[in-house]
Amino acid sequence: MSDHQGTGAPEGVIAPTGMGGAMDLAASEAETLEKTPGGPLGTGPAGKPRSLWSDAWRDLRRNPVFIISALVILFLVFISLWPSAIASGSPLKCNLSKAQEGSQPGAPFGYDGQGCNVYTRTVYGARTSVTVGVLATLGVAILGSILGGFAGFFGGFWDSILSRITDVFFAIPVVLGGLVLLSVVTSNTVWPVIGFMVLLGWPQISRIARGSVITAKQNDYVQAARALGASNSRLLLRHIAPNAVAPVIVVATIALGTYISLEATLSYLGVGLKPPSVSWGIDISAASPYIRNAPHALLWPSGALAVTVLAFIMLGDAVRDALDPKLR
Amino acid sequence: MGRYVVRRLLQMIPVFIGATLLIFLMVNVMGDPIAGLCGERQCDPATAAQLKRDFGLDKPVWQQYVTYMGNVFTGDFGTAFNGQPVTELMASAFPVTIRLTIVAILFEVIVGIALGVVTGLRRGSPVDTGVLLLTLVVISVPTFVTGLLLQLLLGVKWGWIKPSVSPDATFGELIVPGLVLASVSLAYVTRLTRTSIAENKRSDYVRTAVAKGLPRHRVVTRHLLRNSLIPVVTFIGTDIGALMGGAIVTERIFNIHGVGYQLYQGILRQNTQTVVGFVTVLVIVFLVANLLVDLLYAVLDPRIRYV
Repeated sequence: MSDHQGTGAPEGVIAPTGMGGAMDLAASEAETLEKTPGGPLGTGPAGKPRSLWSDAWRDLRRNPVFIISALVILFLVFISLWPSAIASGSPLKCNLSKAQEGSQPGAPFGYDGQGCNVYTRTVYGARTSVTVGVLATLGVAILGSILGGFAGFFGGFWDSILSRITDVFFAIPVVLGGLVLLSVVTSNTVWPVIGFMVLLGWPQISRIARGSVITAKQNDYVQAARALGASNSRLLLRHIAPNAVAPVIVVATIALGTYISLEATLSYLGVGLKPPSVSWGIDISAASPYIRNAPHALLWPSGALAVTVLAFIMLGDAVRDALDPKLR
Repeated sequence: MGRYVVRRLLQMIPVFIGATLLIFLMVNVMGDPIAGLCGERQCDPATAAQLKRDFGLDKPVWQQYVTYMGNVFTGDFGTAFNGQPVTELMASAFPVTIRLTIVAILFEVIVGIALGVVTGLRRGSPVDTGVLLLTLVVISVPTFVTGLLLQLLLGVKWGWIKPSVSPDATFGELIVPGLVLASVSLAYVTRLTRTSIAENKRSDYVRTAVAKGLPRHRVVTRHLLRNSLIPVVTFIGTDIGALMGGAIVTERIFNIHGVGYQLYQGILRQNTQTVVGFVTVLVIVFLVANLLVDLLYAVLDPRIRYV
C-alpha cells in the first residue's frame, strides 16, 4: 500500500477543508472524469470523430442552466468593464442628507447609511468581485496545475514532499489564514487579496491535477508514446495535459464562485478591501448596523453577490456534467 | 490496526509542525507583536526593547518557535499581552465553540443525510429538483449574508430568537447560529448523500436485498445507507476542524464569545500568543478528526483492512 493510499478509501472522496466546500465537492465529483480521460470517440453525423470537447460543447449549448449562467456572467463582465453604461454618477459621491432613504428616481435601490447611491455602488462593486475571482482562479489554476502536474508525472521524493505541503495548507482554516495574513496589509488594492488566495488555494488544484495526471499517464497511448521515444516534455504537453485538464477546469470554475464569496467575506471582516474601495463585502458590512431602518442597503449587494456566486457555481456544474461521459 | 494508527500518528507530526510553523511565521514576521501594547501611541524605544526581551522576541524566529512549542507540550500556552494566561481564554472559549459545532454537526447529520436520502431515492422528482436548487442557493449565498438575513428576520423582525447570544451560550440559543454555521456544509452533505445513494441504488447488493424480500426501510437503512455514507462521513469528519476554525464569521454576527471571537480579537490586537495558541489547538483538532474518520471507515466498510 503506497503512502498516499494509506487511508484505504478512494482519494476522491476525501473532501479537504479549505477554500470552502464547493471545491471539495467538485473535487470528488470531478474524480469520475479522470477515469475516462480520452473521452468517447463517437462518430458525428459527418462521420468525423468528435473529441470530448466538441461533445461537451454540443451538450452545453442545449443546457438551459449553462445558457442562463453564461448570460449572467457575460452581463457581469460587461458591467465590470463599463459600469458607467448602466449607472450614472460616481459610487463615491454620497449625500448624507439622503441617508437611508428608500427607492426613488435616480436611485432605484435607495441610499445607504452614508447617503451613497446603493444602485451605483452595487453596479461598480461587480468589478472588484469579477477581477478578484478571475485573477485568483487563474493564479491558482496555473500554479496548482504546474506543481500538481509535475508531482504526479515524476512521482517519488518531490511528490511526497508536495503532498505533505498540501496537507499542511489544508490544516489551516482559510478565513483564519486570511485574517492573519491580510490584517497587517495596508495596501488598499485587490492584489494582496488575490495573492493570499493563490497562496492558500493552489493545494486544492494541485491535488486534483496530480490525481488526473497520474491517471492519464498510465494510459496505453502514453506508454506507447514513451516507447516510441517521446521526451518527457512532449509526453506531458501533447499527451497527458490535454487529457488531464478537464477536472482542473471544472474545479477552477466552481472555485471562481467561492473566491468571489471569500473576497466579500474578508472585506466584511475588515481585512480584504477597505473603503474607499467599492466592494459588495464592504457595502454589506457597512449596511449591517442599519439593518433595522435600511435593510435595502444590505439586501441589494447581498443579492448581487449571491447571484454572481450562483452563476459561477452553476456554470461549473454544467461544465462538469458535459465533460463527464458517464452521465450521458 | 495498531501499526496503522502509529503510522498515521507519525505522519501527523510533519503536518502539525508545518501548519503551526506557518501560522507562527505569519503572525511574527508580518506584524510587530509589540505594536498593540502601548495603545494607539508608538511604544518608546526603551520600553519596546524591554518588552521584546521579556517576551523573548529579540531571539531568532526559529528559536522562538522551538521555545513556544516546548512550552505548549508542557501545557503552557503563554500569556496574552493583557496578562491573562492563554489557557484561561481557551477554557472559556472552547466549550462555547464546541457546543456550537455540535449543533452544526447535528444539523448536517440529521437534516443533511435525511434530505440526501430522500432526494437520492427519488432522483428527478419535483422534490429532488427543489432541494437541489435550494442547496445551490445556500452554497452560493456567503455565510455572513445568510447569518445577517436570519438575524434580521428571526431576531429583529419576528422576534423568535434573541439577535445576539448571551455569554452563557446555551444550546437553545445556539440553534440558529449553529444552523448558519452548518448551512453550506449542510448543502454539501445533502448533495454528497444524494449522489452516493443514487449511484449505489443500482448496485447488485441492493438488488439482491430487494429480491430476497427485505422490507424497503431495511434495504435503505441497512444496505444502501451504510455503503453510501462513506464519503459523507469523510466530509463531516474533515468539516469538524473547518467548522471550529470557520466560526469566526458566525460568532461575530451573533456575538458569541467562542474561539472565533477570541481569534478575531487576537488578530486585530496582534496578540501573537493567543492566535498561535488557538490555531495550534485547532490544527490538532483537525488532524485528530481526520484520523478518526479514517478509522471509522473500517466500521462502515469491513472490506477495508488496516495493515
